[in-house]
Amino acid sequence: MVTAFKDEPITNHFLDHNSQQQNEQILQINHLEIFYGEKRAVNGITLDIEKNAVTALIGPSGCGKSTFLRSINRMNDLIPGARAKGEIIYEDLNILSEDINVVALRKEIGMVFQKPNPFPKSIYENITHALKFAGIKKKSELDVIVEESLQKAALWDEVKDRLHKSALSLSGGQQQRLCIARTIAMKPTVMLLDEPSSALDPISNAKVEDLIVDLKKDYSIIIVTHNMQQASRISDKTAFFLSGDLIEYDATEKIFTNPSVKKTEEYISGRFG
Amino acid sequence: MEKLIPAKERLLKSNKKWMDGELRGKILVILCAVIMISVTISITIFLGSKGLQSFIHNGVSLIEFITSKHWNPTNQASPQYGALPFILGSFAVTFAAALVAAPLGIGGAIFMTEIAPSWGKKILQPVIELLVGIPSVVYGFIGLTVLVPFIREHVGGLGFSLLAGTIVLAIMILPTVTTIATDAMSSLPKNLREGSYALGATRWQTIRKVLIPAAMPNLLTAIVLGMARAFGEALAVQMVIGNVRDIPSNILDASATLTTIITLNMGHTTYGSVENNTLWSMGLILLIMSFAFILLIRYLSSRRKM
Amino acid sequence: MNSKTADRIATGVFITIAIIIISILVGLFYYILVNGLKHVSLDFLTSPSSNVRAGGGIRDQLFNSFYILLLTMLIAVPLGIGGGIYMAEYAKPGKVTDIIRSCIEVLASLPSIVIGMFGLLMFVNLTGWGYTILGGALALTVFNLPVIVRVSEDAIRSVPRDLKEASLALGITRWHTIKTVILPSAFPSILTGAILASGRVFGEAAALLFTAGLSTPRLDYANWNPFSDTSPLNIFRPAETLAVHIWSVNTQGLIPDVEEVSNGAAAVLVLSVLIFNLLARWIGSMIHKKITATK
Repeated sequence: MVTAFKDEPITNHFLDHNSQQQNEQILQINHLEIFYGEKRAVNGITLDIEKNAVTALIGPSGCGKSTFLRSINRMNDLIPGARAKGEIIYEDLNILSEDINVVALRKEIGMVFQKPNPFPKSIYENITHALKFAGIKKKSELDVIVEESLQKAALWDEVKDRLHKSALSLSGGQQQRLCIARTIAMKPTVMLLDEPSSALDPISNAKVEDLIVDLKKDYSIIIVTHNMQQASRISDKTAFFLSGDLIEYDATEKIFTNPSVKKTEEYISGRFG
Repeated sequence: MEKLIPAKERLLKSNKKWMDGELRGKILVILCAVIMISVTISITIFLGSKGLQSFIHNGVSLIEFITSKHWNPTNQASPQYGALPFILGSFAVTFAAALVAAPLGIGGAIFMTEIAPSWGKKILQPVIELLVGIPSVVYGFIGLTVLVPFIREHVGGLGFSLLAGTIVLAIMILPTVTTIATDAMSSLPKNLREGSYALGATRWQTIRKVLIPAAMPNLLTAIVLGMARAFGEALAVQMVIGNVRDIPSNILDASATLTTIITLNMGHTTYGSVENNTLWSMGLILLIMSFAFILLIRYLSSRRKM
Repeated sequence: MNSKTADRIATGVFITIAIIIISILVGLFYYILVNGLKHVSLDFLTSPSSNVRAGGGIRDQLFNSFYILLLTMLIAVPLGIGGGIYMAEYAKPGKVTDIIRSCIEVLASLPSIVIGMFGLLMFVNLTGWGYTILGGALALTVFNLPVIVRVSEDAIRSVPRDLKEASLALGITRWHTIKTVILPSAFPSILTGAILASGRVFGEAAALLFTAGLSTPRLDYANWNPFSDTSPLNIFRPAETLAVHIWSVNTQGLIPDVEEVSNGAAAVLVLSVLIFNLLARWIGSMIHKKITATK
């Protein structure tokens, strides 16, 4: 039954199913396949991502959800031998296309990683680093953006007195919020979060979760998570991946209360994965 | 930020402004890589063609050059260009140095990894690093002022000898051999040791029957790298070996090597003369030998992978 | 002989070997420093050498050594870092990369006398410069380049992938990422490696015999015009370095106090190399501390 989802008629079923809500779509993914060398990691996935919503990708390790996520801002380009087939449509452009300027793309589709990875620079410079490269040089302008993005990331109050201290002096949770802040500073439209709180303690985790819910007003968020509770708490839509296939994609509430596919139910109730 | 601009203009590569710096950077580093390749190639070509001139232009016989033991280029009537004594000298001193340095180096490595892994390494490691740091002329100078008189008074002969060259070179390549042998020993899987000890073997039995055979290809690499260094070393050897043109009959005889003859004569032979050109031919032999050492090391490391 | 006894004897042999290695080093350093430092004085360091008379110093040789080292590093470090960046960031696995790697291997294993001969051919005869500081520095660059490339490549490779991804994910180009994120993180290791390599360059003599020469013209340290023949800064003048000086006074010198001069020069040479080593360690750990500081 897994293979059945690769066929076109059934993928259309997803679209029909969601049509009641008719929300605006920010990304349309059609028959996306991703290969590492000869090995196929993602098997022809079709799904749409809603604007200003949190979409959670769940599934056991190695199911292809992170690979899928990384293909949306072409981070997979960095992996030798990785290639993608199919389409990811963003603003009427296929972003997998050869003539996409990945640098400009990544400004609009930002990414936050599993492990907090601030630059070994000051907190301030962490945020201004990419801004300066994008051409914003005026100190007054930078100051405003730094404060704004730290505010949005709910970090401003904790760091405003030590903006010029090393970012590495922050706690893990603060570092991760700084990473989110520096992505926000670029004013992206889509934010990709790859298990952003899995390396954090419960309190930091809760802060990051609140932040994500808060951010969806302005951004469309796709989050990969291993944590079922997290997915159910913060996401609007949930996609369940298994061995490179999309098993089920629906409103989060539906997935967690009444999934249509048995595999989903088994995974969510913790029977494997 | 610039969301008002249509997506096509924002996201397509047609907007080339950002690519300028990117391209410049790429060209810059590729240029560095190209320079490295061209230096290597030009060394091979220039030294190759210069080294062949004595055979092609000056009519020196290649066979005579590598098999005759008579070196007498300044004899006006019938100059002789047999470099065999120097070729033999180079090989003799290289093998002898390896013979001394290999047991010391590998022994030192085993001491650091097996006998006293905790404090042995802390002491011996910096010792090895300091030995690497001593410049080769300093080795040569100490050989000249300490070793040569010592051999003359206590062992015999002139002091300037194959033996002196061997000892100086052995000390010089000792750090190379020790470092690589230590890496080889410490990269052996732990269960090799545990397995052997579990069978009731003593430490020495474990070292001799299990660890040394397992690390053999790497230990050989260590020795070959040391030999490569010894073969090409010039000044330190030149200062202690005596530089005579005869084949030594024993280890206390003075001798000469390819590098010492080049060092000694390159300065006071006329550039372009036959004698000068034969020195370049000796340089070519050094170059070929350093390729040979690389091939040998590659062969050893391919054996390791199996 | 039973196995227990054999084991004990073997252990004894290994300990003896370790003691031999340590005594070699201690003996060498003792000899160099005890014999050498007696002759090292301010006068020795600041007076010019003599070709025939006793009592000469090493002023010019010392200056030449540092000057050639500086020039060599100015050429080799940027080139080597460029090569290291190429190998770590741009080279794709394949034939071309294998060839470059082989080239580095060949360069690294060339005997320094062979590099000196190449220098003689290229930088002395072909260019028509004669024996020059620049020729010496270029020969030493060839000698030094593979080390710097390897050090830089390793340092760049050991920068966490996270950092690189973080920068790229923010829409920063690869080259800008390399310049502003990767190189600063790799800098301490590159610096440490470069200083260690400096020690090697400083003591090198064989590659300089036929490129920078065995003599130094009369120098006027008040003359700062780099195009003047008597200026120490002139890069187109011959220059005997400290290491070359030790060799030349011992093998072709006429001065009566060969041993005193060589002892002193050897001590200065070894101490300089030692200082380079300590400096490398110290700077390495300083910067490491500063970067990972959790204040």
